[in-house]
Amino acid sequence: MSMLSIFNVSGSAASAQSQRLNVVASNLANADTVAGPNGQAYKARQVTFQTELMGQNANDPTAAGVRVSTISEDQTPGRKVHDPKNPSADADGYVTYSNVNAVEEMVNMISASRSYQNNLEVMNTAKSLLLKTIQLGQS
Amino acid sequence: MLNRLTDSLDLQGQALQLRSERQRLIASNIANADTPGYVARDMDFAKTLRAATGTLPAASAMATSHAGHIGAGAPGLSGGVAASDLLYATPSQTSLDRNTVDMDRERASFADNAIKYEATLRFINSNVRTTLSAITGQ
Repeated sequence: MSMLSIFNVSGSAASAQSQRLNVVASNLANADTVAGPNGQAYKARQVTFQTELMGQNANDPTAAGVRVSTISEDQTPGRKVHDPKNPSADADGYVTYSNVNAVEEMVNMISASRSYQNNLEVMNTAKSLLLKTIQLGQS
Repeated sequence: MLNRLTDSLDLQGQALQLRSERQRLIASNIANADTPGYVARDMDFAKTLRAATGTLPAASAMATSHAGHIGAGAPGLSGGVAASDLLYATPSQTSLDRNTVDMDRERASFADNAIKYEATLRFINSNVRTTLSAITGQ
């Protein structure tokens, strides 16, 4: 029953994509936050995927799932806006916003949700094929 | 006598097994569509099936020198598809992260393979029905 591991493979991918969606949601939520009391603004986060072999023997390439290997922070400096009246402004009157690029995050979100849907469809097809296999020779 | 009854089923059974392996392979490709550095794999179905059913001498198959010998399990049945049988997809549009999954092609192969899997299931079903009606003799 090699098709049963499709659920492991696609399930791991769907879980990784939902983690990516989660990270995108935090980035978008913090798109307009300014530097806190420690002077550090929110830094955009990015997930990196890695292949994880899920076959019965360790180096079987036909069952390749996905896992999130790292969540890295974008180190580019945040956007600085001159606004001396803002309570968060520094000594020179500049307010540091987070370095989230909202357009990039929206693109990331669409890509993640499409990949998630793809994996769900794969699971649905595998499920209907397996159900038909169970009924083999009965009709 | 009995193996004559099941001989035609053997081929379909082998084909079904290989179809499910290919389905899993394509599912892995779709799952890894966003993994940096992942290379898409696929199998030459006709060649793999020929190797599995013994028309083509498979490297791991045991030789049978006597008519009474039972051949060792074909590679498709026992250990699944060998990693060396898998081919690499040639990327039509390269991407910056060296991922070679072409989602359009994978989706098409997935649907194609699902339909052929179902066709094989129907072949087996009708084969069983024919044999059953021959046995009951009604």
